Amino acid sequence: MSQTLYDLIGLAAGVCFILALKGLSHPKSARRGNLIGALGATIATLVVFLYVTPSGESTESHSLPLHNLGWILGAIAVGLIIGVPAARKVQMTQMPQLVALFNGVGGGAAALVAIVEYLNLGSTATTAEVIFTVFTVVVGCVSFSGSIITFMKLQELMTTRPVIFPGGRFVIAATLAAVLGSSVWVVSALGTTPLVVLAALSLAFGILFVLPVGGADVPIVISLLNAFTGLTVAASGYVLNSTLLIIAGTLVGASGTILTRLMAEAMGRSLFGTLFGAFTAKPQAATGVAEERPVRSGSPDDVAILLNYARRVVIVPGFGLAVAQAQHTVRELADLMLSKGIDVAYGIHPVAGRMPGHMNVLLAEANVPYDQLAEMEEVNPTFGQTDVAIVIGANDVVNPAAQTTPGCPIYGMPILEVSHAANVIFLKRSMRPGFAGIENELLYDPKTMLLFGDAKASLTKVVSALKAL
Amino acid sequence: MDAIAVISIFVLAVFVGFEVVSKVSSTLHTPLMSGANAIHGVILVGAIIVADHSKTNLELGLSLAAIVLATINMVGGFVVTDRMLEMFKGKKGGSK
Repeated sequence: MSQTLYDLIGLAAGVCFILALKGLSHPKSARRGNLIGALGATIATLVVFLYVTPSGESTESHSLPLHNLGWILGAIAVGLIIGVPAARKVQMTQMPQLVALFNGVGGGAAALVAIVEYLNLGSTATTAEVIFTVFTVVVGCVSFSGSIITFMKLQELMTTRPVIFPGGRFVIAATLAAVLGSSVWVVSALGTTPLVVLAALSLAFGILFVLPVGGADVPIVISLLNAFTGLTVAASGYVLNSTLLIIAGTLVGASGTILTRLMAEAMGRSLFGTLFGAFTAKPQAATGVAEERPVRSGSPDDVAILLNYARRVVIVPGFGLAVAQAQHTVRELADLMLSKGIDVAYGIHPVAGRMPGHMNVLLAEANVPYDQLAEMEEVNPTFGQTDVAIVIGANDVVNPAAQTTPGCPIYGMPILEVSHAANVIFLKRSMRPGFAGIENELLYDPKTMLLFGDAKASLTKVVSALKAL
Repeated sequence: MDAIAVISIFVLAVFVGFEVVSKVSSTLHTPLMSGANAIHGVILVGAIIVADHSKTNLELGLSLAAIVLATINMVGGFVVTDRMLEMFKGKKGGSK
């Protein structure tokens, strides 16, 4: 295959990626967009087997097939065996951490590609190539280790609270300085040792960079690391003379940056504050002062009676609903109330769940009719006329502290104003605070009733109590 | 590669990337992120190229690791995005 044909096919794949992102931005075309993206990626992968890219400065290329073809195919098979079942079997509740993990391995792959090409080029590498290699290794490693930390936070393998240790900001600043220093070292000295040191420092920086990020901000960080990985792919495209990689990587980098900003806006967070929280946050005293304040807890029958005499009920689903797999039960409850002539709506916070739009995916899985899902801006003005707001496994997205307590980690985040409803029912497993780790004053409000227990079990009891009325 | 050509491609791709996703509802943030995530899995192409270039066992080993990781990123990313969007489609179909 001639280089011209190879490049043209690469361009076609690039166009596929543009169409994919375009399609994914609209609900109707989203699925098709994703398939077009997959098509582009498949074309790009197949065609690379039909053309041998010259290495480094030499323009002569060996004849087909590719060297190490058996190994390459074997490695792809291993990747398929790991990746496809993971993507197919993952529970939709755990999908955010899977995306984080996929992003991390992509960053790791880009860093490895840059390292191998660097070893391969040796002293023939141009300064520009070395600089791009350094960029890819640094950002790829940061993306890899940072994504692993976000994965662990989401999987709750480690604390979801910001990890801040005394002098942390100096350690982070020092690590960053060391990364920059060793970058210069690699460019000037050219050798394997500086590159290994650089990779190790970058991995450490990625960990330190993500540790201070609080649970609620994790999706923003995943999106940002996703954009980072895109840029590393673009940089490695320069080193490998691949227009396709430059186009695809830059597209993801640019759209990922915009997406990160949109997400931060939806959560009312400043991007700067999220990223540099480590430099401004002070080690917090343990906030979990075990104060024994009275809460009003009720029985499923109390809840059923309250619902039976309501005219309008708003259901606020949160991640707890998803964890308990209670989507179907909540729909049963909503259907029952509708049959009693009660007006029912779901109030969906943009970041309910673990990621923007996550809750919509989960409720769609339970076949909740689309027209019952109300976005935050629609539902907030109606809480004044709402008799009962049922908060199921949500906490941070209804926490009035976001509006009343400057300085708390979620201050400024738009919330669902359930406190304006006449009655609030919380279905919770315990008094444990939400993902962001903040106390919720609303739980102690006299008009709030708490129903403790697993969301699904509680809802089932409420449904049967309501049926009996 | 010609520096000016590279810069031109880069700048234009930045603008396309910005434009394409500038107006997207929060409902689609997660699938869009996941889809973009899958797209950067094309680093697989780069990984295959360096595996072809590899002269030592170390280089080959590292590039094979890169191929495994990139394949997971790309294929897993597209599959999980499709699963997410499949549910949206079912919902739309049911209400119309």
